[in-house]
Amino acid sequence: MNTIHTLDIVGLEQVYDRLATAIDQAGPEKSELFLVKLALLNAKAIGRPDLFEAHIEAALKDLSN
Amino acid sequence: MHQPSANPRPSIYYNYQVFKPWLPTEHGPQEKKKVVIVGAGPAGMVTALELARHGVASVVLASELQFSQGSRAIVFTRRSLEILQQVGVAHRITENGLPWRCGNSIYRGQKVFRMETPLDPDDRFFPMINIQQQYLEEYLHDACAANPLIDFRWGNKLVHAEQSAGSVTAHVDTSAGPYLLKTEWLVAADGGRSEIRSAMNLKLEGASFESIFVIADIRIDLPYPTERLAFFDPDWNRGNTILMHKEPHGIWRVDYQLPPGETPEEALRPESLQERIDAQLKMIGFENTPWEMDWSSVYSARTLTLPEYVHDRIVFTGDAAHLLPIFGVRGANTAFQDAQSLGWHLAYVLNGISPEKLMANHSQERVGAAREIITEAGKSTRFMAPPSRGFRLLRDAVLSLSLTEEFVRPLYHWRTSRPHEYKHSALNSLSDDNAQFTGGPALGAPPQNVQLQQDDFLLDHLGGGFDLVYVAPNQSIPKDLLQAIVEAKNNGIPLKLLAITQDNVDVHGADKTLFDPQQRFQLRYAVSAGGAYLFRPDQHVCARWHQVDAARLLSSLQLALMQ
Repeated sequence: MNTIHTLDIVGLEQVYDRLATAIDQAGPEKSELFLVKLALLNAKAIGRPDLFEAHIEAALKDLSN
Repeated sequence: MHQPSANPRPSIYYNYQVFKPWLPTEHGPQEKKKVVIVGAGPAGMVTALELARHGVASVVLASELQFSQGSRAIVFTRRSLEILQQVGVAHRITENGLPWRCGNSIYRGQKVFRMETPLDPDDRFFPMINIQQQYLEEYLHDACAANPLIDFRWGNKLVHAEQSAGSVTAHVDTSAGPYLLKTEWLVAADGGRSEIRSAMNLKLEGASFESIFVIADIRIDLPYPTERLAFFDPDWNRGNTILMHKEPHGIWRVDYQLPPGETPEEALRPESLQERIDAQLKMIGFENTPWEMDWSSVYSARTLTLPEYVHDRIVFTGDAAHLLPIFGVRGANTAFQDAQSLGWHLAYVLNGISPEKLMANHSQERVGAAREIITEAGKSTRFMAPPSRGFRLLRDAVLSLSLTEEFVRPLYHWRTSRPHEYKHSALNSLSDDNAQFTGGPALGAPPQNVQLQQDDFLLDHLGGGFDLVYVAPNQSIPKDLLQAIVEAKNNGIPLKLLAITQDNVDVHGADKTLFDPQQRFQLRYAVSAGGAYLFRPDQHVCARWHQVDAARLLSSLQLALMQ
């Protein structure tokens, strides 16, 4: 793929709202399952285990606050 | 005094024969034995048969007076059948077993994954065949009983094994009292709860999973073909997995995971079994079909192995050496490979062909195989019985996605037992053309069968020693090659020369000519005229050449024999 997709602020806000409403839609019981499914679909789209690993490392940071 | 039960075990399909015990009072003083095998399960009996094949006598000690209780191991792989063919019992299994090659994974009533293993015309055996372990033991026992080199002793329980330099003293108990049996080698094939292993205080390495599974054999008439059925997260057993396998005589194996916290005792209560089996039958639409229970048991998944199988003159094999998960049918199927390997390694040491260090090679190769199996089986186990919250979440996410998303479905693949490649074996040739090959089984690999003609396969002709399979360019073998083979034979090396030819004429000098009109061997082994493969007595490849010559053949043989 030659085109580089970037997430500008408009896009990020769109993702932000959509993810929040989807988590609410899944409900407290199923939101974790939903997020794991989403992560797997994203991993498939990214197609690079190393990049996925970097995302995991970034997301694991500063969880305690 | 050891008093094994003389009452036939209960079964709705198998008539247990109660054998007469071997009593020391009915026999004279016991001279020192070459090999005593403790345990008369698949591992013990295949070891005895392989040893006998290489001319080594053994005593097999069976603690009980009859074959084991319940169906236990029911699924046997192609490689297992190939090994059983070597010891002469494969035909009895193919006559009576149920062959299969497809498996289905079902979630929410939908078949989310189906695997069809193709039938290769070059294979004699199906990828899988189902038969209850009692039959397998019966066939192996018939072969042992017919073999003058095997001294089979029912009702003989090993109490204690004592090692001293170059020998082991077995303290054996019988219903007529104890006796001592001295032996050069003792094989511990006494199963997963090996008392020999415990007495020697040997520790298994690896992991145990907490999940407990029930296996129940029921007789029921279900209109399904012989295929593997795996049900994930069904309504009646949320979060857990159920497996079903068809066995001969209208028996079905139902295998289900228990909810956390439930004890085996609770799970095996008749009401509990009834309720769950009924629930499973209801789910698949056979709620009111009558069924009858034959046998039930529990197991938990473990991936454990001893780090060494050879301890001076005591050798562990089969479940006594390692505990492998049932997923992927890795118990008995691994035991056959262990026993076949042990048989020839030990026989060659006892026959004075190889030094005792060959036994270290056996241990190294088979421990390597167990570790590979543990890695593979761990993946299946983590999917079938997730060991933590994270693994459970991922498994559940995959189940959920699998209803619509193709890409996750291969995660259902259960990775069945397959033979280990001894890629790094010390017996692999250093003077062959392995690196130049573009196909065919590589150094250390198990053999690929080849259909030479109708009902005539390569593996029908291999085994019992080393086999040099040579693609003959014409009706004769080069003089120096033939001389080298004669020299090796004169030095006591069991070696056969098998000449592959496209012409239906015997090749002079070959021990056997294999007529291969379609040149299937050349195709599957990526080799042409003048080339050759050297197979070990367990049919694994230890050398291969595009153009074989006398010097490289001899040096490869010496290496493989650790001479």
